[in-house]
Amino acid sequence: MSGGGPIDTIEHDVLVIGAGGAGLRAAIAASAAGVSVGVVCKSLLGKAHTVMAEGGVAAALANVDDRDSWTVHFADTMRGGQHLNDPRMAELHAREAPERVRELEAWGALFDRTKDGRILQRNFGGHRYPRLAHVGDRTGLEMIRTLQDHGIHAGITFHMECTVTRLLTDGGRVVGAFGYERERGRFRVYRAGAVVLATGGIGRAYSITSNSWEYTGDGQALAYEAGAELIDMEFVQFHPTGMVWPPSVRGILVTEGVRGEGGILLNKDGRRFMFDDIPPAYQNQTADNEDEGWRYTQGDKGARRPPELLTRDHVARCINREIKAGRGSPHGGVFLDIAWIKQRIKNAPEHIKKKLPGMYHQFMELAGVDITQEPMEVGPTTHYMMGGVRVDAESQMSTVPGLYAAGECAAGLHGANRLGGNSLSDLLVFGKRAGDDAARFAREQGRVRTVAPAQVDAAAREALAPFDRTPAGDGNNPYQVQHTLQGMMQDLVGIVRTKQEMERALEGLAALRAREARVAVTGNREYNPGWHTALDLSSLLCVSEAVTRSALARTESRGAHFREDHPEKDVALGHVRHVVKRGPDGAMQLERAPVTPPSPELLRIIEEQR
Amino acid sequence: MATATFRIWRGDRTSGALRDYSTDVTDGMVVLDAVHQIQAAQAPDLAVRWNCKAGRCGSCSAEVNGMPRLMCMTRLEDLPLGAPVTIEPMKAFPPVRDLVTDVSWNYRAKASITPFTPRPPDAADGTWRMDQGDVDRAMEFRKCIECFLCQDVCHVLREHHLHDRFVGPRFLVHAAALEMHPLDVADRREALRGDHGIGYCNITKCCTTVCPEHITITDNAIIPLKERVADVAYDPIRALLRLVGLGRR
Repeated sequence: MSGGGPIDTIEHDVLVIGAGGAGLRAAIAASAAGVSVGVVCKSLLGKAHTVMAEGGVAAALANVDDRDSWTVHFADTMRGGQHLNDPRMAELHAREAPERVRELEAWGALFDRTKDGRILQRNFGGHRYPRLAHVGDRTGLEMIRTLQDHGIHAGITFHMECTVTRLLTDGGRVVGAFGYERERGRFRVYRAGAVVLATGGIGRAYSITSNSWEYTGDGQALAYEAGAELIDMEFVQFHPTGMVWPPSVRGILVTEGVRGEGGILLNKDGRRFMFDDIPPAYQNQTADNEDEGWRYTQGDKGARRPPELLTRDHVARCINREIKAGRGSPHGGVFLDIAWIKQRIKNAPEHIKKKLPGMYHQFMELAGVDITQEPMEVGPTTHYMMGGVRVDAESQMSTVPGLYAAGECAAGLHGANRLGGNSLSDLLVFGKRAGDDAARFAREQGRVRTVAPAQVDAAAREALAPFDRTPAGDGNNPYQVQHTLQGMMQDLVGIVRTKQEMERALEGLAALRAREARVAVTGNREYNPGWHTALDLSSLLCVSEAVTRSALARTESRGAHFREDHPEKDVALGHVRHVVKRGPDGAMQLERAPVTPPSPELLRIIEEQR
Repeated sequence: MATATFRIWRGDRTSGALRDYSTDVTDGMVVLDAVHQIQAAQAPDLAVRWNCKAGRCGSCSAEVNGMPRLMCMTRLEDLPLGAPVTIEPMKAFPPVRDLVTDVSWNYRAKASITPFTPRPPDAADGTWRMDQGDVDRAMEFRKCIECFLCQDVCHVLREHHLHDRFVGPRFLVHAAALEMHPLDVADRREALRGDHGIGYCNITKCCTTVCPEHITITDNAIIPLKERVADVAYDPIRALLRLVGLGRR
């Protein structure tokens, strides 16, 4: 199977890689700026992980509680991120999210309404006021469909079911991409004035994840290979509530909206264990009794939030602790109970089905559990990558000219832990910014005439190599290599980390790299998932190594990163972020860089909201 | 551990055949899990589309024992495992490879429908006011996950291959969502009658039966659209006015 055959070249001013919310929003922005735009995506249009977002999009519209404003949202985001966030990004995000949400409505999105007909907002972990615009528990579907349906009439060209395996560079600038289309397995060269990465997360590096097969860290790895810097890679969000049973659905997300609507967490003894451990930074804002917590979920402005709505990192660790202490549910989780609200309201089953239709459906059909009558079993699941490509706050350009990143594959906004609802607003705000600036850059710089043939040849050879190896040898099945990697990352670089385990993980990663070089595939190039799995390994190994090295270096516990051997915060490390890039010798290099301090104005806001 | 046999269509654009695979069956497994197990251990190049594995993205559409279904939402314990479970690609679309079909026509069909066209904003700040009740009417249609199972089962597409004259239930649902959107002011009735071929639907309700989102496609989307179309196209008084050159066509 050697020899790539003729390679089609496709030209766009701006090439967007990924068609989730960030990619679509970037493409719409670039197209509106008057340049030609192409979007490449691994799946069909409208299937990206944004579709799975359930709870809502965070924006300080102040429709439900007029005490809300961008300053409160900003301070909440910084507190949730343990102040490792890029303050300027957090500011832009909080300021611009309301306009981006209203814009969706102008494009046809239908959100649930307040009594006076405005966009309704719901409570969510770490947000001081009801802030999440939502549609039941299918907000992500509403958003991606709105962007998709708007985008198909915006003059954008979509290249569905295409995977990019390499970025092409010219004199230190990114000028295009190399990849293949799944259907026939033919190679493609995309030539572009600017490239926007919007590839999402890395969940597939772990065995228990809410992410689909697509989330193999492509954007982070492509950027790294092109010489860009990655930051904050130790901060992987484990969502506290994924399904745990049956085994085949382990990891599938159970929305935080369940807790927002009054759902409570219980251990096997029926104890509401979240009351047992409330972090000092949140003590002022957290209810100290069950009644107050309930009143908060029902919109009582005088009440404080129940401890189930503390930040995700904390709730996930509390659940983990209960399970490890033997106080878990029969299938190794804890109980999440929304059925109990029948003690408080009439028609509770109908109310639950109306507010959480997707969850009702999901548990009924996949687990045979009626959530209006009995509790769910839930446990932590790998959900979101706070770290990623280092970008400029205003423009979203990476450290490599012509290369942008937006949404989950970019870093900076969320710091050490992301608040629920901030990912959807992130991808709107920074998707637009990336698209705007990529259009500007492409117009100013133009496209290069030709891309270096040597780069294209090397990329083609690399992509075809698995066909040239002898198949069916022991241990060179791509699915097995992926499976081994996922199990190892889950066990050794998961929710609770230690130096010894992570050093073992680094050894394991080196061994897996050697296995990757021997991976062989059977069949031909037409829609061959074995081949696709083999090619995705390279990205998975790259991001896994970046996560492990960054996590080893952070000898403290902060946000989503918890070290059993360093369980406390280290004040000095609160001002430090880890930067990963490729060293001159080709090996992964880790450096420390100072966190950008907030401007005096932002500092004042943080102090006021403390 | 129990095992079961899965009879999976393997092939490409030109030809193919059913092949049997045996694999272990565990508690709570769905058809897509079985396909993945077979792929990982026995048939690494077995082509299948999937993403969310939770019935929310609509990627893993196929025909399981002859029924159009999402593989991720079809539990093995609901199937008779004494006999082989047949898994075939959707038949209304051209085969690409194994369980993957060419669904690109659907994306072209959608683009042919007049997009959302809002009325001017209600408030000075550029926002609108909508009643929850009005929003709820369009919500049912906006639940659609674009799995295209309704298109697969529709005889106009599946048996008669009228893809160039009929947009199919999915896009009638899309049109209904737009027509019933509280803010939308575009009129799609002429196009529905003409290019989109709503008249081809003769209300067999197969689409409603297979919809994994339980959208009442025929009763709530298509029939009301047909009524609106009839109102503009087949109203006898309007027809008379048109005849004498007074009404709009």
